[in-house]
Amino acid sequence: MSAQGGVLSPPTRVPAPSGSIRAQLRRAGRMRTVGALALVAPLLVFILVTFVAPIGGMLWRSVDDREVAAVMPRTITALRGWDGQGIPADAVYRATAEDLAEAHANGTASLAARRLNYDISGLRTLVMSTARHPPAADAADIRVAFADIDPRWNERATWAAVRRASGPLTSFYLLAALDLQRDASNAIARVPEDRAIYLDVLGRTFRVSLTVTLLCLILGFPVAYLMSTQPAKTANLLMILVLLPFWTSLLVRTAAWIVLLQNEGLVNHLLLWLRIIDAPIKLIYNSIGVHVAMTHVLLPFMILPLYATMKAINPQYMRAAISLGAPPPVAFMRVYLPLCVPGIAAGCLLVFILAIGYYITPALVGGASDQMISYFIAFYTTDSVNWGMASALGAVLLAATLILYGVYGRLVGDGAIRIR
Amino acid sequence: MRKHLVVAAALAGAVICLHAGSAGARDLTVVSWGGAYQDGQKIAYFQPFAAKTGIHLTDEAWDGGVGVLRAKIEGGHANWDVVQVESEELALGCEEGLFEKLDYSKIGGKGAYLPAAVSECGVGSILYDFILAYDGDKLKQGPTSWADFFDTKKFPGKRALRQGPKTNLEIALIADGVKPQDVYKVLKTPAGVERAFAKLDTIKSDLIFWKAGAQPAQLLASGEVAMTSAYNGRITAANDKDKKNFKIVWNGALFTIDSWVILKGSPNTAEAYEFLDFVGQPAQQKLLPNYVAYGVTNKAATALVDPKLLPVLPTAPQNMANVEEIDDQFWLENLDRLNERFNKWAAK
Repeated sequence: MSAQGGVLSPPTRVPAPSGSIRAQLRRAGRMRTVGALALVAPLLVFILVTFVAPIGGMLWRSVDDREVAAVMPRTITALRGWDGQGIPADAVYRATAEDLAEAHANGTASLAARRLNYDISGLRTLVMSTARHPPAADAADIRVAFADIDPRWNERATWAAVRRASGPLTSFYLLAALDLQRDASNAIARVPEDRAIYLDVLGRTFRVSLTVTLLCLILGFPVAYLMSTQPAKTANLLMILVLLPFWTSLLVRTAAWIVLLQNEGLVNHLLLWLRIIDAPIKLIYNSIGVHVAMTHVLLPFMILPLYATMKAINPQYMRAAISLGAPPPVAFMRVYLPLCVPGIAAGCLLVFILAIGYYITPALVGGASDQMISYFIAFYTTDSVNWGMASALGAVLLAATLILYGVYGRLVGDGAIRIR
Repeated sequence: MRKHLVVAAALAGAVICLHAGSAGARDLTVVSWGGAYQDGQKIAYFQPFAAKTGIHLTDEAWDGGVGVLRAKIEGGHANWDVVQVESEELALGCEEGLFEKLDYSKIGGKGAYLPAAVSECGVGSILYDFILAYDGDKLKQGPTSWADFFDTKKFPGKRALRQGPKTNLEIALIADGVKPQDVYKVLKTPAGVERAFAKLDTIKSDLIFWKAGAQPAQLLASGEVAMTSAYNGRITAANDKDKKNFKIVWNGALFTIDSWVILKGSPNTAEAYEFLDFVGQPAQQKLLPNYVAYGVTNKAATALVDPKLLPVLPTAPQNMANVEEIDDQFWLENLDRLNERFNKWAAK
C-alpha cells in the first residue's frame, strides 16, 4: 500500500525525479520481497521447527558426548595426563573415587554407567557397583582398593573406554554405525565379525528399496498407460481402484497380506487347490513377504506421477511417428518413453525414498533377517534407549540417501525430476 | 491493542491461579497401563480405596519409558504420585533417584510380599509370565517343556519366538538342559551365549519371529505355527474372548514383575503410602485376577483367588514351580551387543 502510494506521489515533491523514481522502484521491490517473505514465513517457520531443527538435533546427538564428563569431571581432567599405555596414575583413581561418590549422592552415576556400557558391555555394573561403595579417595593403595571392588579397574581397556567417552564430541556412534570402532590405542579398527551388522543392513535397505522401486515401475507403468489412454469414465474408475488402497491404513494393508500369504492363507490354498504345489510354500515372514507388501503399499506413488506425465503426452506424436514409418515398438522406445522420463524419474524417486524409511511392514511380514535400517533405529530409540546410536544410524542413512540422490540427479538430468 | 493486553493479562492470571490451585490441593494421582487392565484396577483397587479412605484419587494412563518420568521430575512439575512401572524402568529410575525409597513398615513389611516383588524403590503390583503356548485342538499330546519346543521330530511344524535376543537366549539354554535358576549364570559367560545360539541354530529353519504381543495368539489361531512363546495374559485373553483352546506350559517360564513407585518429591507421599498399603492387602489383590490373568504379589493373596482362575494365574503354586525372573540388570548391560549378535545370526 505504502509502496504504491510512494510511486504515485507527485514528482514535484522530490528534487531529482529520475533518481528518486529508481529509488522508489527499488523500495517498492523491496516491499514486495518483504511481503512475499511474510507470506511464506509461516511455512518457513513450520519447516524450520518440524524438519530442520529435528534433523539438526539428530545429527548433533550422533556426535554429542558430554554425559561422562558431566558425571566424572575430575576423572576426565586427571586422565589428560595419561599416555594411554599401562594403567593411569593414582591421581586418576583418586579423582574417580571422588567423582563416583558424588555421582552416587546425586543419582547421576547411571548416566555415565550407561554411556560407558555402550562401549564395553559390563562397564555398567562396574561403575554402578563402585559408585555404591566407592573407595576412600585418600586410601593408601588406591589401585588395590579399586581392584578389590572389580579387577577390571586395573585394565587398560576400561580406562581407554573412559577416555574415549570424555567428550565433548565423539566419533563413537558414527563409527559404530559403519561397523567400526576405536581400539585401546585409539586407532580405527573393524568391530568383531559377530557384531558387524550395520553395513549389511544398510546394503539390504537399499537393495530391497531398489527392487521394490523396479517392481513398482514394471507393475505401475502399464496401469498408468491404460489410465491415460482410456476415456474419462473408465480412467476415473481405474483411478479410484488405484486410490482406494492408498486411503486405507498402512497397518490394515500389511495385516491383509498376512492373511493372504500365510501358510493357511488364501494364496497357498488356491495354489494347492489348483495342484500347482503339493505343500504350502513360505510366502511370508521372509523377503518375499516384504517385497510383495511393500510393492503393494507403494504402488500408488509410482502410478500417480506416471499418469500425470502420460496424460500430458499428445497422442498425435505416436501417430506421427508411426505414419513416418516407425514400427510401434520403435515409436514407443524413441518417442513415447523419452517423454515419460520425468514421470518415471519422479515416481522412482518417490517410491525409493519412501521405501528406505520403511519400518512397520518389514517388521510384521519379514523374517529376522529382513529387517531394514529403520528397525534398528527404532530398536535403539525405544528398546535400548541408546539415542546416540539411533541418531548415528539416521545420519548414515541420510548421508547415503543424499549421495544417491545426487548420483540419480546426474543420471536422469537435473530438470527431469518433476512431479506435475 | 490495550484491550488485547488486558485480556492477555487476565488470561495469564487465570492460568496462574488455576495452576497454583491445582498444585496446592492436587488429588492423589495414580498412573497405570490403561485399557482393560486399568479398568480392572479401577474396580479392584481405585474405587474401593477412595470409598474407604475418603482420599480423592485420579487415575491416568501412560505407555512407559523412563524418559517420561525423568522429564517430569527434572522439569519440576511432577503431577503424578504413584506410577506403575516395568522392572527395567524400576531399576533405571531407582538408580537415577527418580523414586522415593520405600518404607516397607508403612505397607505391611517386606515379609508380606513375594521376595521377587520387594525392591528398594518399588513394590510389585503384578507378576506375569513369558510362557510356551500351543493350540490344544491341534496337538492333543502337547509339549511340556522348552526342550519339546526344540524337538521338531516329535512335534513337527513351525515355531514362533519374539524378535531379538531377550528371552530367546534364556529359552534356548533351558531347552538345552540348564536349570532356570542357573540361566543367567551361564548366559554371563561367552560360552553360554555360544551355547544358546547353537541351540537356536538347531531349529532356525523352522523359526518365525513375532514383534507385537498380539501376534503369538494370531499365529496359533491361523495354524501358522505349532507352538510359540507368548505373554500368558494374551493367551488367556484369546481363550476367553475368541473361544480358543490354547494351552500354556508354565514349566520353565520366565516371569517379570511390574511395580508401584512413588515419584520423588510427591506432595502426597502420605496418601501414596496409604494407597500402596491398601493395594497390597490380600483382600484387594484377590479381586484383580477376576479381570486380567496376572499374578498378584502379596503372599497371602493367591490363596484367596477364585480357585477357578488358578490354572491361568502365574502366581498359582503349581505354575511357579519351575520359573525364573527375567534379569533386567543382565539385559540393561548386554542388550545392544546381543541384539547385534542376534541379527548377525539371523542373517547368516
